[in-house]
Amino acid sequence: MTAPPAIEVRGLEKSYKEVEALRGVDFDVARGSIFALLGPNGAGKTTVVKILSTLLRADAGTAGINGFDVASQAAEVRDSISLTGQFAAVDEILSGRENLVLVAHLRHLTDPGKVADDLLRRFSLTDAAARRVATYSGGMRRRLDIAMSLVGSPQVIFLDEPTTGLDPEARNEVWQAVRELAAHGTTVLLTTHYLEEAEQLADRIAILREGRIVVNGTLLELKQLLPPAKVEYVEKQPTLEDVFLAIVGAGPDGETGAGRRPVTEA
Amino acid sequence: MTRHFFGDTAFLTGRSLRHITRSVDTIITTTIMPIAFMLLFVYVFGGAIRSGSPSYVTYLLPGILLITVASGISYTAFRLFLDLQSGIFERFQSMPIARSSVLWAHVLTSLVANLISLVVVVLVALLIGFRSGAGVLAWLAVAGILIVFTLALTWLAMIPGLTAKSVDGASAFSYPLIFLPFVSSAFVPTSTMPGPVRAFAEYQPVTSIVNTIRDLYTGRPAGTDIWIALAWCVGLLVVAYGFAMLIYRRRSG
Repeated sequence: MTAPPAIEVRGLEKSYKEVEALRGVDFDVARGSIFALLGPNGAGKTTVVKILSTLLRADAGTAGINGFDVASQAAEVRDSISLTGQFAAVDEILSGRENLVLVAHLRHLTDPGKVADDLLRRFSLTDAAARRVATYSGGMRRRLDIAMSLVGSPQVIFLDEPTTGLDPEARNEVWQAVRELAAHGTTVLLTTHYLEEAEQLADRIAILREGRIVVNGTLLELKQLLPPAKVEYVEKQPTLEDVFLAIVGAGPDGETGAGRRPVTEA
Repeated sequence: MTRHFFGDTAFLTGRSLRHITRSVDTIITTTIMPIAFMLLFVYVFGGAIRSGSPSYVTYLLPGILLITVASGISYTAFRLFLDLQSGIFERFQSMPIARSSVLWAHVLTSLVANLISLVVVVLVALLIGFRSGAGVLAWLAVAGILIVFTLALTWLAMIPGLTAKSVDGASAFSYPLIFLPFVSSAFVPTSTMPGPVRAFAEYQPVTSIVNTIRDLYTGRPAGTDIWIALAWCVGLLVVAYGFAMLIYRRRSG
């Protein structure tokens, strides 16, 4: 017997007054995989995430997390999930460590202090642990936000546009954190409107358009939907991003491909 | 999940109390206006007002205390609004915690913050000559009425806190509450007012609450006013609680 998928969505519908946000959404997410919900702004990505995280009720259809129904077994669902919303949901007045300790208390863990210290280490925030979050940079804030979502090791994590508004350096930090999550066996559902983000992170990608999933597959499958690639020879110039990262001094983990050349003394 | 209600509420209250202790300016801002009113009325207008009381500050203090709470709860709405805006509210809502504890934490924080402000205002009143000969029991009754009043206005503040679209909207609702004491027995005896104004002043809630507090700490029998005052406070508390919870449930799906 195979384990049921970590996330199971069937015929999800949701309208806000006159606007039909979702018109029948179906998809499954396998355990321990990263699933990207890709779509333009207003496609209904956040609505899906809110329904799955029990913040919103669907008008029709069902959604299950770990076999628990989001509508009728919301408490059990909340035990197995964690939500990282569109804006870093951190408490600015508290320190980074206090934020983590608070969440650990609310998840009723036995040793909140240790949980907090471990996560601070894992997300390279130990030095900033005692500082108020108001003094953090955007990337640090997002890292803390994700660290807070990991308190209590929930099996399923929702990341709603985790890198929107971040500079490339911070974005790379977040990507690294997401990869580590999946490596630890956590199921990740992320929404994004950055194609590159889906390409970099996701095992499966679904494209949401006007409230419906129009395509769902692996990157390879998606690429095969278009005519086969032509071979062209193009001079590979560094992208502005490569230049930026070279100057700022943080590597994009080598994935972005283009050779990083020094830009000074040209 | 209710088995965690008290623990969750305690942790969340601890969190928002730290907001107050780390930005003491909110306490200062909420007490500045009532204290300014108090000084203005005692030292500028007070000489011209015949309150029938030997010390005007003693006559005035109950109204000032109500104004203190009315200005304090605008911060209650503001803090709740900020939590909703920042997304931390949604984080709490998606966690396995007792749902209503998120709201109760704000209510308890508001109660503590307002009690601190009230103590500050009473201390200033003592400095400028307020004296009370009343016993411990009467003061406990005063504290009890102020607590019920604060809870009622706090639950009222939850409504704009949950529904406001902007920061200004979240706190503006308190302005009429701040001015209500002016058309009551708080600053001048109602007998000096013209007919319709006097009628309004005598039957609006502030007058009965002000009279009750004044009677209690000057050691006079409070009479029926105390029951009218309590009925207003408890009535408002129940209605505001009902509405706030309804909005909260609808919001959190």
